[in-house]
Amino acid sequence: MLYSIGKDSSVMLRLAQKAFFPAKPPFPLLHIDTSYKFHEMIEFRDRIAAELGLQLIAHSAVKSLAEGASPFRLGTQKCCAALKTGALLEALKQGGFDAAIGGARRDEEKSRAKERVYSFRDNLGQWDPKSQRPELWNIYNGRINKGESIRVFPLSNWTELDVWEYIEAENIPIVPLYFARERPMLVRGDSLISPEHNPPMMPGEKPVNVVCRMRSLGCTYCTGAVRSTATTVADIISELRLIKKSERENRVIDHDQEGSMEQKKREGYF
Amino acid sequence: MPLELLRLSTAGSVDDGKSSLIGRLLYDSGGIYDDQLQAIGRASRNGALELAFVTDGLRAEREQGITIDVAYRYFSTKRRKFIIADTPGHEQYTRNMATGASTAQVSLVLMDARKGVLPQTIRHAFIAWLLGIRNFVVVVNKMDLVGFREDVFEGIRRQFESVQDRLDGAHFYFVPVVATDGDNVVQPSKRMDWFNGPSVLEYLETVPVAESANGRPFRMPVQHVIRAEDYRGYAGQIVSGSVAVGDEIEVFPSRRKVRVARIPSFQGDLMEAFAPMSVSLCLDDHVDVSRGDVLADTTNPPQSSRTFRARVVWMSEMPLAANRPYLLKHMSQIVCGEVTKIHSRLDLTNLSEQPAISLGLNDIGIVTLQTHRSLFCDPYQVDRKTGSFIFVDPITNLTVGAGMIEEVQEDRASRARTAIPDGVTVWLTGLSSAGKSTLSRAVYERLWARGHRVELLDGDEVRQHLSRGLSFSKEDRNENIKRIGFVAEMLARHGVIAIVSAISPYREVRDEVRARITNFLEVYVNAPIGTCEERDVKGLYRRARAGEIPGFTGIDDPYEPPLSPEVECRTDRETIAESAQKIVDAVEARLSESREDYLPDSPMTRL
Repeated sequence: MLYSIGKDSSVMLRLAQKAFFPAKPPFPLLHIDTSYKFHEMIEFRDRIAAELGLQLIAHSAVKSLAEGASPFRLGTQKCCAALKTGALLEALKQGGFDAAIGGARRDEEKSRAKERVYSFRDNLGQWDPKSQRPELWNIYNGRINKGESIRVFPLSNWTELDVWEYIEAENIPIVPLYFARERPMLVRGDSLISPEHNPPMMPGEKPVNVVCRMRSLGCTYCTGAVRSTATTVADIISELRLIKKSERENRVIDHDQEGSMEQKKREGYF
Repeated sequence: MPLELLRLSTAGSVDDGKSSLIGRLLYDSGGIYDDQLQAIGRASRNGALELAFVTDGLRAEREQGITIDVAYRYFSTKRRKFIIADTPGHEQYTRNMATGASTAQVSLVLMDARKGVLPQTIRHAFIAWLLGIRNFVVVVNKMDLVGFREDVFEGIRRQFESVQDRLDGAHFYFVPVVATDGDNVVQPSKRMDWFNGPSVLEYLETVPVAESANGRPFRMPVQHVIRAEDYRGYAGQIVSGSVAVGDEIEVFPSRRKVRVARIPSFQGDLMEAFAPMSVSLCLDDHVDVSRGDVLADTTNPPQSSRTFRARVVWMSEMPLAANRPYLLKHMSQIVCGEVTKIHSRLDLTNLSEQPAISLGLNDIGIVTLQTHRSLFCDPYQVDRKTGSFIFVDPITNLTVGAGMIEEVQEDRASRARTAIPDGVTVWLTGLSSAGKSTLSRAVYERLWARGHRVELLDGDEVRQHLSRGLSFSKEDRNENIKRIGFVAEMLARHGVIAIVSAISPYREVRDEVRARITNFLEVYVNAPIGTCEERDVKGLYRRARAGEIPGFTGIDDPYEPPLSPEVECRTDRETIAESAQKIVDAVEARLSESREDYLPDSPMTRL
């Protein structure tokens, strides 16, 4: 099961715990660590895995990192291709995994709206939106040949609000970055960028303290914060009911090229 | 209290403004965020905001300007949450329509007020109805282009009545709409004050759709067996009904009756659970239960059979072929199965059932299926979850079709496989006077003497009874052969060896008969035309040569010899006894083969 440490992964983990209770989920968690994540995410990840006694595989694109891959040097597009997509395909191959369960939702992004719950990938991990298996009722076809794989998205039909309501109802632990507090941020127009991992600064630029929170979590440079005073899950839910912007608006990677997520997914991005 | 969820599917042709309607529902209910709107503005061709782009996701579609697959969209109001399955309108995409409708409770049928009810409108409504939808919102769009006239709207409503008659049990709500401006989509229109009904959204928020799965008998397919120390739980989703600790339930296929000892859960033990909860059950007795088994109500168990009549929506470029093995996924089990008969194909232009021998991409038909293991099911009309299944191609692994069980039939398959092994059809083909009738009688006598159940079907004799009135045109000759094939198949099913002797000159129809019969032996009764003409047992060649019988096989109508007959008898070189013995040997070899083929319910077929 892909575990990105974010709120959707936290919900997935809880669903897996419940599904197999009282046994533990019979699969390991896989985290693709780009090395550009928030340190709070890594701490949370290690704590949860230890508490639940689950096997955690943290995989990084060691070779690309050694060659100096970073969002600052490569740009976000190429960086994602190397440190996320590349690392994911590498990890799936190394583990011999023929299925990977992920927390992606169809409401997140346009190209995901047509994603299947069981999404077939060829032996290179590629997605072909034109030849997907039809999915009727709740009958899923998980049959594959050797070398091929299936990505499974159990949260396909959940919305962002559903996720938060479930977190509230089930009292699921989440990374504190989702809650508002004063944090040092680089303020660039409407965007708030975290200074963690030392992104290149504009001349004379300095982090300033802003009361903000993360609406979705990824690498520090590509995850913009939003100005917010929501300090509890209930606050977040009422904030979401009023909000006029989508959750991935601050995600740099979705917008770097028109139709860009679809392109990434064709290549094997989750 | 979580909001009630309503699932919709949309239908309408590319130009009816379906995507605009959805875009409008999302936009007016606040389901589109500002940054998404900006991105739409960037992607539109002429700068004007095209709401349709909200729903048309993929780049290939933008280039073509049409929707090509099923896209799911989400929005909610204070009263309900909605999931829309947006499916394309063009007719080659029946498969997407069916996919979108399979999970929906309400169908939005869209039409252009200027065009009224088109054949396509009828198709869409009918497919949604076949997939089990009983609530329809008929959206008459583009009312601005007909001057907002009430008589146009009423005319369309009347036009639709003929469709309604075909859709038993369905309820229709008609709304006049201008999707691009929003009239009657969310807010009532000020430009059509003659219309007093609720807007599209208001109707969707209030239409009662509560599924009554809880009132139905208990059914739970087992997905997974959870094992821990001293613990064994059977996990799955309750698809209908409810179950409580202490209840007696029945396990299928073992038919063991056991009681529910515990319903453990992450939050503590439950006393009761109901559809659509996913739970695990502990039973009070050690019984053999594995993935694919079904736990069910003891007084109201599911039907159990290997033979079904089903409605099929075919979704592959490779046509559905009778007698070809497919994998069928039904609830949590996968079984091997095959279509033994294709009854009809639906003609979507007039909703009539037409005879068919195969089903192609986007065809909808009725078939009889046989599975290698029993399915535990209910008719689709009664339960969408236990009555539905998909076809998976065993070679490509693709989902190639969807099926809805219409009727569970008397278990012919298991009876044939257990009590009466299939018989054999021996099909003697060849020119007139080649020796077919003589040979068939010789074979009949030998098989009868050896204790077989055997029957003769002589072409000339059949023409005096079953096929009386048929001419010797190609069409009627084929019809004659099909009738003989039909009777032979029935006989074979009851373990009888049927010996057919008929000229049957056309290869195609012989092969068609072959495809329907499990044990089919084609015998080419071969003698050169000169020999046959010399023999001329019935004096027919002479009359044909004299021009008295036009279209006589071998003279002025072709005889297409079999390409690979199981047996060939050269009656000009062999004695009748030699030829007959060859056929008897072939029949007995086939019988022993097919009886060896028979395997009892094998765990190998369960995957």
